Amino acid sequence: MNKKNNPVINTDKCKGCELCVSECPVEIIAISDEINIMGYHPAYITDSTKCTGCIKCAISCPDAVITVYREE
Amino acid sequence: MITGKILYKRPKTLKDVNMSYCPGCSHSLMNKILCEIIDEFDIQKKTVVIAPVGCAVLLYDYIDCDSVEAAHGRAPAIATGIKRVNPDNIVISYQGDGDLLSIGMAETIHTANRGENITVVFMNNAVYGMTGGQMAPTTLVGQITKTTPSGRNPENEGYPIRACELINTLEAPYFIARCKVTNSKSIMQTKKILKKAIGYQINKKGYSFIEILSNCPTNWGMKPKDSNKWIQEVMSKYYPVKIFRDKGEA
Repeated sequence: MNKKNNPVINTDKCKGCELCVSECPVEIIAISDEINIMGYHPAYITDSTKCTGCIKCAISCPDAVITVYREE
Repeated sequence: MITGKILYKRPKTLKDVNMSYCPGCSHSLMNKILCEIIDEFDIQKKTVVIAPVGCAVLLYDYIDCDSVEAAHGRAPAIATGIKRVNPDNIVISYQGDGDLLSIGMAETIHTANRGENITVVFMNNAVYGMTGGQMAPTTLVGQITKTTPSGRNPENEGYPIRACELINTLEAPYFIARCKVTNSKSIMQTKKILKKAIGYQINKKGYSFIEILSNCPTNWGMKPKDSNKWIQEVMSKYYPVKIFRDKGEA
């Protein structure tokens, strides 16, 4: 049975550079229409159930705003 | 509250502040990688980072370890002093292209020539970032910047300097490599190389020089993703990504 992964983006600190969007192999990261506290459009997770836990998004995030959890 | 095993989280040494770098900048990525390596070696209490003049001038606000802000280009000289007084400290000089190759050329070359046991991280983004996108010593031939509006012309401005090749002509350096941080795979490779360099310093092997091909989306006028593509397609043709010298663990 596959374990559930849970990527969490700290939207207040995201600068919306879109580097994680192009890294995600299952394409579950998108850029929000809303504006965060710094004035950027932050990234958000569209469907965390599809996450494979590859952490490519977190590795490529320049501002280290992505944390990835795996259910135990 | 989300619980579970953490697969990836922000490194402990990276302070919980907003970095002033532009969105998608390689500087913020390299600060993060440096902190991850400091955490992995557990050397936070004995690391001294030398901040340059340039975009990374506020480095000491982001990395939670001892740091010194050097005068423009003098980071390797300050690193030499700290290392000679406290040989057990891990000294990392973090510099950009204007700092390391333009005003700091003398310090860079002589520190490398003496083979001081420090690690130099050289961020090459082919432009002066902080001052608004003027031509740097590493600006490519034909590249448009604020001071070369019709492209860099070698007859007037000379050719771009390849730092790794230059350092590689000296006898003393122990480890010389050029890396890029354009996608998750190359980021992992870069981290491995930088970790090796700092490991050599911990084992008192000698001078290591790591050049990182980095982007500058703001001054290149590109989206972060396109700027990474430009590094892959254009910049890494002139600056080949490889390990130039590795004298090994022996």
